[in-house]
Amino acid sequence: MTLPVILLLSASLAAAVPAGDPQRGTAVYERCQACHALDRNRTGPKHCGLIGRPAGTVPEFRGYSDALKTSGIVWDRASLDRFLADPLGTVPGTRMGYAGVKDPQERADLIAFLAAAGPCKE
Amino acid sequence: MPDPIILLPRRSFFAAAGKTALSAGAVLLLAGCGSRQAALAADPAADVNILNSALGAEQEAVAAYQVGAESGLLTKPALDLAVQFQGHHKEHADVLAKTVRDLGGQPAEPLARYDFPTDQLKSEADVLRFAAGLEKGAVSAYLGAVPLFQERELARAAASILGDEAMHWAVLRQALGENPVPGAFVS
Repeated sequence: MTLPVILLLSASLAAAVPAGDPQRGTAVYERCQACHALDRNRTGPKHCGLIGRPAGTVPEFRGYSDALKTSGIVWDRASLDRFLADPLGTVPGTRMGYAGVKDPQERADLIAFLAAAGPCKE
Repeated sequence: MPDPIILLPRRSFFAAAGKTALSAGAVLLLAGCGSRQAALAADPAADVNILNSALGAEQEAVAAYQVGAESGLLTKPALDLAVQFQGHHKEHADVLAKTVRDLGGQPAEPLARYDFPTDQLKSEADVLRFAAGLEKGAVSAYLGAVPLFQERELARAAASILGDEAMHWAVLRQALGENPVPGAFVS
């Protein structure tokens, strides 16, 4: 695959993800709060510092599936968009037993919220 | 109305059905909607995964209500609610764990320690709001789990739990002076 084609594909992928609003994403994130929080591990891992982190690598979280740990995913807007749309379809065997956020705009808002959360406080 | 848990012929049902049938039947039994159609589970491993996700959240809810009950911040009516709702979550957790075992899986264990934001709980309203957030999250989690079950009767039982947790959420909102049912749909 040539570089221009790759760039074109990247551009079209980026264009497929609508712009997100972190304020609206706050409301979408309430759906995640049976298992997740930004600043503490729960049934699911904490979400601070998510962007740029390889999947399955929050050091003190012990509940990852092998499927997620070996997925090779690094969380960015595109990978989050795919995963959040269909967690079990994207990473079969993940312990996140959730059908997904099906609305692209809601996913974009949620991802914007997660990105805005920034790094974890030490 | 008589309790269906008592009336269902458990021993004969268990003897006649296989392991998978027993597990689905157990959920239905305890959800009060027993049916022999539960003998048709398709992919127990996939369902175990989903059930364990729900079990982890239920175990955390039990622990969270314990923190609320022991906080000294809840007055008697709210304290009664917290204890009652905690009891429901215990029942949910027991059913889910039993079902996982009967499906041949290993139930998720409660965490040795839960990291609750106790430094942010300074009033009764703080505790109720914290609980309401957990309940709303639980409703969303079950809503996201229901369509994933391979065994449709498990989906129905999960929807029954969803309904209970939606009631918790509404009552907690009412106790906070908020609109108990803020919309026609949950998400």
